[in-house]
Formats: sequence, structure tokens, C-alpha cells
Amino acid sequence: MSLTDQLVQYLVTGVSIGVVYGLVGLGFTIIYNATGIINFAQGEFVMLGGMGAVALMELGLPLGLAAALAVVAVTIVGLAVERLTIRPLPAASIMTLIIATIGVSLVLKGGAKLLWGPEAVILPPFSGTQPVRIGAAGIDPQRLWVMAVAAVSVIGVQSFFKYTLTGKAIQACAINRSAAQLVGININRMVSLSFALSAAVAALGGVVLTPVTMMRYSQGTTFTLTGFLAAVVGGLGNSIGAVVGGIMLGLLESLAGGFIVPLTGGVVSSGYNKAIALAVALLVLWLRPQGLLGRQKKEAL
Amino acid sequence: MKPTGCPPRQGERGSIVLRTLGWLVLAAAVVTPLLLPESYRLPGGVGKNYLLTIGIFIGIHAIIAIGLGLLMGYAGQVSLGHAAFYGLGAYTTAILTIKAGAPPLAAMVAGIVLTAVVAVLLGAPTLRLHGHYLAMFTLGLGMIVQIIFNQARGLTGGFGGLMGIPPLGIGRWQLDTKPEFYLAVIAAVAVTVLLANNLVRSRIGRALRALHESELATALSGVDVARYKLLVFVISAVLASVAGSIYAHFMRFISPDPFGFAFSVELVIMVVAGGAASIWGPVAGAALLTILGEVLAKTGEQIPWVADLDVVLFGAVLVAVVVFLPRGLVSLADRLRRHRRRETAPSPAET
Repeated sequence: MSLTDQLVQYLVTGVSIGVVYGLVGLGFTIIYNATGIINFAQGEFVMLGGMGAVALMELGLPLGLAAALAVVAVTIVGLAVERLTIRPLPAASIMTLIIATIGVSLVLKGGAKLLWGPEAVILPPFSGTQPVRIGAAGIDPQRLWVMAVAAVSVIGVQSFFKYTLTGKAIQACAINRSAAQLVGININRMVSLSFALSAAVAALGGVVLTPVTMMRYSQGTTFTLTGFLAAVVGGLGNSIGAVVGGIMLGLLESLAGGFIVPLTGGVVSSGYNKAIALAVALLVLWLRPQGLLGRQKKEAL
Repeated sequence: MKPTGCPPRQGERGSIVLRTLGWLVLAAAVVTPLLLPESYRLPGGVGKNYLLTIGIFIGIHAIIAIGLGLLMGYAGQVSLGHAAFYGLGAYTTAILTIKAGAPPLAAMVAGIVLTAVVAVLLGAPTLRLHGHYLAMFTLGLGMIVQIIFNQARGLTGGFGGLMGIPPLGIGRWQLDTKPEFYLAVIAAVAVTVLLANNLVRSRIGRALRALHESELATALSGVDVARYKLLVFVISAVLASVAGSIYAHFMRFISPDPFGFAFSVELVIMVVAGGAASIWGPVAGAALLTILGEVLAKTGEQIPWVADLDVVLFGAVLVAVVVFLPRGLVSLADRLRRHRRRETAPSPAET
């Protein structure tokens, strides 16, 4: 394989994992915009989507139905999370609410382990395993699925916020809560909706990714952390930024994994790929705290 | 608003009985495992050595939790990577004593210096920023450190870890029996409590409490907010590092596993469950979670699925405390105290 073909391979791998980070980041953004909360259970929705689809298939459902039902089920979980932990704490500080979502993530992770055991599970690919040829590089068709589904979700969420009344109402909550309430927007319903939407987006990512990477109960944490970084690197609150941040992290991870060994003459092993991606992301934030696409916020006096 | 974590002032004489009682219970709990005969068995076949081990772990966890409590309760910031500082202490100690033959205390000091440098580099730029930046940077640090522990095999032994760490001691005086080590850890916890108490009551502590009430007002009255936050962050990181060194010398073996994100979260739960804005709260939280974890692990030896309950249960404890007891377990004691005071003599100070 030539260097360009290798490069194509790494780019596709990087983008396809990156868009899932981006979807998690998008989920963070949706909830952050509506409530100011960082929902640390976000990555668990990815894990629940993947493992849920596998469990439903084991019950005998066809792949398509299992995938759709898993997304619906995780959406309901998202609604329940909001109802049971965020709604009862209207006066709590943001830090307290964030800590509550950490508790939720543990309950979901531990629950998945109790229910489905500690082993990694896998879904069959959506359209076979015959690689799609680009030059000499073979691309796993499932990775194309991941990218397509991510693109559709991002466009869908964007249009929802731009063109529907409900979407605009959620944005209004973010801009000015009390003003939104005064014009008759039901804040509670909007917050519920934002949790449902972000759970659905994350679960969708989990379902399409599981045939490529498998899914384990403990994997949610990685998605939370990387998705969160993606959202912040992109500029917290900016949904396009979250996706860009996710793709950037995925690309860094994949390119570092592929090229770090030849570039350093074997001094740095490919196991450092994630660490390198994280370090670069933190460096970006260190230099530009508002993120790549974020705007500097002035502190109110 | 009432400042939290203040020392009791006048008009609290009614609580002397309760306070004395509290000290007695604490002393009894600390001393009992030492006095037990070697042959004694609790139900479940738990012996003296096992109790001392749990006591040592509670102590180690308490030292970190007190530091994290200072950060969360007084500086109003949360770290999601304290297990990394704990790991930095443990690995520095292990590497220097095994590979360079350094004396344990010197290695511990080296760990403190390394951790403090990392904490300053991380905290100086982020603590000036608002919101979630410290949480995120500590999170990122935790992940990177965990990868290094696993990957830098030549230095850290990778997954397999490092064996043959010497016991803690100076020259011929070594802490190589469990009761001795237990006493040393209790002493370390006591010193940490005293230091934390002093810090909270000092100028710095007052500034920090003011900070927690209103950052803007504090800054406007001439307090260098970012500097105080950084100071507390570095102190809490250093305490975690010291605890890590103690852990390494106690286990005599370390691997990357105990220093991951899961433990960082457990530490946050300890602080929240006990009550962040107090010194004894995190200690109580450390005891609660350590014992809960041990009970589950022990029961899991007979009934395997019980061992898998730990994550769910820790999460449930965290959510329940946040929802029902937002100021932690120690607020129960406060409630009891206030209740008693009201019974004996209605305090004029209360409005």
C-alpha cells in the first residue's frame, strides 16, 4: 500500500470515530444550551444504544427494528434521567447538578454490567463486509454508515433548532430563561426535550458504531470524556463546533496511531495515540479557552 | 448567608456533650482494631489484620478526600483527576525507590515536588477561567497519566506494574508490621486534619469562604482570587500525592488500575457524601465508601453478582445525597446539634 492509500485509510478511520465523538459533543451542547449543565452521563447513552441494540437482536428482532427500538429506549432513559435528577433540584448550583449526572452515569454503567455482563458485544454490519475500494485502500462499509448517519443527525438537529418553533423555544431558554418563561415557553418541557434529543443522538452514534468497534459496558466513560473535550474544543455551546472538535480528535487519534511509530523511530509507541490527541486538545484550550469556534464571553459585573 | 465550615462559636455549649461523644466514638473506632487479639474473628471470618488493612485504606482515602474537600467546598471547583495525582505520588515513590535505590522519604518528597509542578502548570491557566475548565483539564490529565502508566513499560512496568517497593522508614527504623503502619497512617490523617483546620481558619480560609459566597465581591475587595484558588488546588494535589506514596509503601506493589477515572469519581463521591465544606465530612465519606466497597467485595466472594453492584450503588449514593442531603453526612450532625440547642435554650443568635 502506498503512503496516500494508508493516509486515506487513517483519514476514514479517524473521521468515522470522530463523528461519534462529535455526536456526543453535540449531545453535550444541546443540554448545555438549554440548562447550563454538563451532562456526564452523555457517553453512557452511546454505550446503552449499542448494547441495547445487541440485546434486542438476541431477543429475535431483526437488525433494523432492534436498532430503532434501542434508540427509542435510550431516549426514554434520557427523559427519565432529567425527571429523576435534574427536575427535583431547581435551586441547586451547576456544580451540584454536574455531580448528580456523574452519579447517574455510574448507575447506568453499573446497571449495564449487571444486565448484560462484562463482555464486549457486537452487532452485524448493516450492509455486509465487502470493503469499498478507494485506490488501493479498502474502506469498511460500516464506517460509511457511521459517517452518513452522523451527517444526517447533525443536519437534522441544526434544522430543528433553526426552522421549528420548538427548536427556537429551546434556544430562547438558553438566551434568557425568565424572558422565555414570560413569553409562555414551558421551561421544564424544553429541558426534558433537550435531554431526550441528546440521548437519541448519542444512542444513534452507539448503534452505528457497534458493528465496527464492538461495545462494552465500561466504554461510555471514554465517550463522555472525549465527547466533552470535543464540545469544548469546538467552543462549548456551538453545535457545529462540537462536531468539528470531534472529527479533529478522531483524526488526531487515528493519525497519531498510524504515524507516531515511524515518525519517532519507534521511541513513542502507537499506544500513545489517545494521549497525544488529548494533549493537543488541551493545548488548544490552553491557548484559546473559548475553543476553536467559540466567542469570548465577557464576565458580567 | 451563613458561612459553612466555621468553627463553633459562643452559644454552642449545649453541643459539648455531643462533641465529646463524637470524639469518644472516633477514638474507640480507631483503637479497637489494634486491641483485638490475633485470633479474634468477626462474622464472615474477618480478622484483625483485615480490619487494620481497611483502616489503613480509610486513612489513605481520607487524606486525599480532605484535600479534595478543600478544593470543592472552599474553592468551589471540582477536580475529576485526583486519582492521577495519587498515581503520580505512588509511581514516583515506586520508581525512585526500586530503580534508583532512593530512601522512601526522599522519594515521597520528589513525588510532592513533581505533583506540585504539574498542579501549578495545570491550575495557573485554568483557575483564572470560569466554569468547567479545571474539571476538564484534570479529567484530561487523568486520562493522559493513565495512558502513560500503561504504556511507558520501561519505567512503570505497564499493565503488570512494579513490584518490590521497600517499606516506609528511615534507616533501621522500618514500618514493616501492620499495626505500626496503621498507627503511622492514623498519625498522617491527624496531621492532615490539623493542617486543613488551620488553613480554613487562616486568612486564606476566610478569603476562600468569601470566594465561595461571591467571587466578584471578593475580587473587588482586593483579594487575589486566582492565587488563593491555585494555592488550594496545589495543596489538595500534594495531599493526594502523599497518600499515593503511602499506598505504594503499604502495598509494596502498584499497577495502573487504582489510579484511573473510576477512582477520581469515587473520591468526588466521598467528598460529596460526607459534606464538602467541612474537614470531617470527607473523612466520614472516605470511611463510608471504603467500608461499603469492602463489604460488597467480601460478599461478592460468596455471591458473585453482589460484587458487580458497587458501581450502581456508588452512583445511587451520589444521586441520593445530592437530592436529599445536599450538604452531606456531616449536616446530619449539625441538624442534631441545632435540634438539641433549641431544646435546651432557644439561642438568641438564631433568626
